[in-house]
Amino acid sequence: MVVKFVVNSKKRAYKGPPFKRLIDVLRDDFGLTGTKEGCGEGECGACTVLIDGQPVNSCLVPVGQVENCKVETVESLGSSAELHILQKAFLEEGSAQCGFCTPGMLMTSLAWIRNGGSDKSQEIREYLAGNLCRCTGYQHIINAVIGAVREYKKAKARRKGLFLPSPRVSGERAG
Amino acid sequence: MRMRIVGTSAQRKEGIFKLRGQALYVDDYKLKNCLYGATLRSAIAFGRIKKIEFDPDYSWQNFIVVTAKDIPGKNCVTLIEQDQPLLAEERVLHPMEPIVLVAHSLRSKAYEALNHIKVEYEAHDPVLTIEDSLAKKQILRRPDNVFKRYEINKGNIKEGFTKADFIVEGEYRAPHQEQAYIENNGVSAWVENDGTIVARGSLQCPYYVHKALKIIFNLPDDKIRVIQAATGGGFGGKEEYPSMLAGHAALLALKSGRPVKMIYDRHEDMLATTKRHPAIIRHKTGLAKDGKLTAQDIEIIMDAGAYITLSPVVLSRGTLHATGPYECPNVRVRSRAVATNSPPNGAFRGFGAPQTLFAAELHMEKLAQKAGIDSLELRRRNIFKTGSKTATGQVLKESVGISRAMKECAGISRYARIKKECDRWNKNTNNPTWRGIGMALAFHGGGFTGSGEVMLASRAAVALTKGGKIEVLAASTEIGQGATTIFAQIAAQALGVPYEWVEVAVPDTGRVPNSGPTVASRTTMIIGGLVRRAALQLKDEFIGKAKAVPKTRAALIKAAKLLCKGKSEVRFEVQFEKPGEIVWDEAAYKGDAYGVFSYGAVVVELEVDKLTYEVRLRNFFSAQDIGKAVNPLLAQGQIMGGSAQALGWALFENAVYKDGVMQNANFTDYLIPTALDTPAMKIKIIEEPYSHGPFGAKGLGEMPADIPVPAVAAAVYHATGLWFGELPILPEKICHEMLNRYSHNSLSPCGRGQGEG
Amino acid sequence: MKFLKAHTPDEAVRLFGQHPEAIPLAGATDAMVAWNVGRLNGKIILDLSAIDEWKTIQILRNSLKIGSLVTHAEIQRHPVIRKKFSLLAQASSQIGSTQVQNRGTIGGNIANASPAGDTFPPLAVYNALIHTVSFRGPRVLAFLDVFAWVKKTRLHPSELIEAVEIPYPSPVPKRWMFRKVGTRSAMIISKTVAAGLLWMNKDATVNKLRFALGSVAPTVKRLKTAEAFVAGKRLTPDVVEHACRIMADDISPIDDIRSTAEYRLQVSQNLLRSFLKF
Repeated sequence: MVVKFVVNSKKRAYKGPPFKRLIDVLRDDFGLTGTKEGCGEGECGACTVLIDGQPVNSCLVPVGQVENCKVETVESLGSSAELHILQKAFLEEGSAQCGFCTPGMLMTSLAWIRNGGSDKSQEIREYLAGNLCRCTGYQHIINAVIGAVREYKKAKARRKGLFLPSPRVSGERAG
Repeated sequence: MRMRIVGTSAQRKEGIFKLRGQALYVDDYKLKNCLYGATLRSAIAFGRIKKIEFDPDYSWQNFIVVTAKDIPGKNCVTLIEQDQPLLAEERVLHPMEPIVLVAHSLRSKAYEALNHIKVEYEAHDPVLTIEDSLAKKQILRRPDNVFKRYEINKGNIKEGFTKADFIVEGEYRAPHQEQAYIENNGVSAWVENDGTIVARGSLQCPYYVHKALKIIFNLPDDKIRVIQAATGGGFGGKEEYPSMLAGHAALLALKSGRPVKMIYDRHEDMLATTKRHPAIIRHKTGLAKDGKLTAQDIEIIMDAGAYITLSPVVLSRGTLHATGPYECPNVRVRSRAVATNSPPNGAFRGFGAPQTLFAAELHMEKLAQKAGIDSLELRRRNIFKTGSKTATGQVLKESVGISRAMKECAGISRYARIKKECDRWNKNTNNPTWRGIGMALAFHGGGFTGSGEVMLASRAAVALTKGGKIEVLAASTEIGQGATTIFAQIAAQALGVPYEWVEVAVPDTGRVPNSGPTVASRTTMIIGGLVRRAALQLKDEFIGKAKAVPKTRAALIKAAKLLCKGKSEVRFEVQFEKPGEIVWDEAAYKGDAYGVFSYGAVVVELEVDKLTYEVRLRNFFSAQDIGKAVNPLLAQGQIMGGSAQALGWALFENAVYKDGVMQNANFTDYLIPTALDTPAMKIKIIEEPYSHGPFGAKGLGEMPADIPVPAVAAAVYHATGLWFGELPILPEKICHEMLNRYSHNSLSPCGRGQGEG
Repeated sequence: MKFLKAHTPDEAVRLFGQHPEAIPLAGATDAMVAWNVGRLNGKIILDLSAIDEWKTIQILRNSLKIGSLVTHAEIQRHPVIRKKFSLLAQASSQIGSTQVQNRGTIGGNIANASPAGDTFPPLAVYNALIHTVSFRGPRVLAFLDVFAWVKKTRLHPSELIEAVEIPYPSPVPKRWMFRKVGTRSAMIISKTVAAGLLWMNKDATVNKLRFALGSVAPTVKRLKTAEAFVAGKRLTPDVVEHACRIMADDISPIDDIRSTAEYRLQVSQNLLRSFLKF
């Protein structure tokens, strides 16, 4: 079966069994390994991607169901020269520790701020409850999302871009 | 150039890679021609393997199959001893023990093949509880099922009790806890052309794996190479097991001649890998009318599981922290780690101390209640001060921040005021909840126990390449705690160069010196100290040979050429040196158990729903003395993260076992806290510097796991008047106790005081 | 495994008629878990997710008709549901996580027939109707008649859920409640889940009570005995206590890995008691 859909603004055609999990298609077929698998049953949210703007667990989506959909993964966010405001907030607030929940956490947060989510901590906690993190105790993540919501609203008011120059980083360490 | 980078919240070194999804975890590497490995595990808890049968109707053509016979060296996973086989051969000692390995180019095929292998067992009646082990239902470890025992004696326990006005006894039970890192265990392995076996994985201790592989394959040091991939959390759970998993992957790689990946899924990871040791802790304590402790008699029994793994060390730390941070003239602590037919328990943040400190601190509450003294006041009268003598006779000479931690924590939480407010709230029976507040204290020794650091003799280096790269070389792994950031900060500060100039090498045993395992709150305090010393040597070289520490990149490159003298790099490697005054007697268990302790206090505010008995955490406060926060933001992250794990263990992390097998081995039923279960946290860092720590720093990573649990239990007691000496404090238990309490008068355990649903 | 995809209701009916053994697939949040552990190997899957006709919410004169493929996220956002059927909106917002709510559908939830289905107690007290289609033609079932046992429905072979119809409660109830009880605050399987509607007469006697519980029996249960008992009575403490006591006639909570029978019963009683008393 051929499934055509858009991944990170790029048209893609997947060829293969329709019941392959979207996460496996992204990671194995398209080399987008930013999306992580933590539980394989929709309980941890590490594999969260956006389908048509809404966060979903990509381990629970058969690729046959994403025909004509728009899929966004963590790789769509920012570049090393220009980080997305969410990435910048996560970096500054110390929201990524081991980093394994981070891609999923970023994608759910992205949907929150794009959907006009508030900067109220309790509401953010509710929305992010499907993304487990074992390192941070969540507070630094919530702080970052609060900051990003405010930045996003400001940026929208100014009609400016959502990407900010990233701080200079050194090193080639990919791990 | 004077710059302060230590003490600032420098940005996480590898942060940008993690935020862009570019950090490469073990399963993110593409390996050409790769096979996937799967493990056939024991279906019984205890017995003999009679026969292994491979389905003759199944096509085994494209599979690689490995059994114990394929092991070139010794069939064992070397940790403290060599009692645990890499693959079970004749007998199995626990469910999920690995027996056969299968590899195939499709992961699903490898797992499918497991269904076509039949193992015939002769099953024995298993030992599944501490009680059965002590009763010697079966002898799993000669002579009496005890892997290890310790005894600490101070003063005279008998005399201590004769001086007591109150004697209070209590029994406390701590259950398993799953580390629940979000990335499961995984290792890949391959064989280089020259016969070198390489393993890359999600792991905490590259040199543990290195040592284990040498023995499994009977190869010299330089023919084994272990590399850490980006690691999605460890918390102790990737201290022991990666040695097993790397052995498996490497065996399959050796037999197939192809790279092999073994990546566990959540179910297998929870079923097969280590957990926190369940423990039974009994306290008998004497207290004088003036609120001074006269005697502490403590017994600890930990369930080690089927093999010894690291249990003696876990037990040691548990034993050494069993008294709580209190000075008592007469102490006896007796402890044992016993064998059962369950998967081996192992390292988990706190390493034995969370179990014994839960008991010590909740017992302190009980003591206060029995003696009619406010529990904070009781603690105040007994806590360690500079000059105090611990149970092992260690004199606390410096950096004793416990009084400050307690005071600050009581302050930021407005403990006294909230306590009164809770009492007032609880008087109004129309309120929908019962409210409570609880405090607990802890101390936590930094680094290995006793002579451990001397025996480890860790080494770390700072290198300068001829291209002008300054690089920290250590085997200490970045597992989310911030090791690379801290090392870069310490090196930059010692050298007096910008933070951005310093890089930290990937832990690769082919390149970095053995700085020991990434455990025991030792990375900043011990290895950070080595990094600082190595950096200072480089600084001396800069000054000696290039007149000064370079101030610009151009000057750095020039100086690098001068220092390297045509070689690719110049290295400054240092080794751990014991601070002179530390004396430890391992046989008598007396002396300086740790170079220094960190100290902390936690206050938890919570409420219990009268309709559902659910516990909701309202607020969380902690003050922790860590000597020096090299990076305050990372330190806070460590404290909050460790606290959240402890809160989960206190309230709902509940590993259910049947016949030695975890019944809820998934994230649907083994529940870890979500963002909604974790309260807002307020953290205060206290800095009582330690003279032998880098810039005064002490251990930090584990203590957060020690303190919250007894604070929760104390707050639940304050709210409901019920003692829960066994974790987790599930709503079911609260409901049951409430029903017991009210069974004589009415069907309603909450009387008239319910709110709207 | 065979994967069939229907794009219209007619196509779905035809395909399911040809392959009555097929497993219908909506949001896939449950099916994928089964697939991941190999339980769907060799099965035929009938994917309904492209049928746009079943993704709408129709506002009718006396009722609301929710297409079976409407997601939990859409239900909780819908202004009419929030206003008129707040118990359903609340239940939908407490299912799984944000991610699951974005995929999981009301029809899939019902067809899955879990004893712990969070939307079931609200649908039970709203007296929902289930519209189905098959090659035999359309059919309408009372909501509670759909369930036979744990994970088993009374739907016929080749029968698909098309929509859920909920009549507007009339008159507006005096009191209503929804409460989900799990061990954790979010992303949790219920240990008991309750929904209630209460109408009172002018003389302060009960006109009508509807109270339903999930997770305390093989299927969702209305407390018929207690409902009948309180009708026409004043809600005195004795009446309320008695209503709680006879709850046990209608439910059969068990001990399992998630909770105890004692807890499930006690908390269910507490919830009913707090709902009935002033």
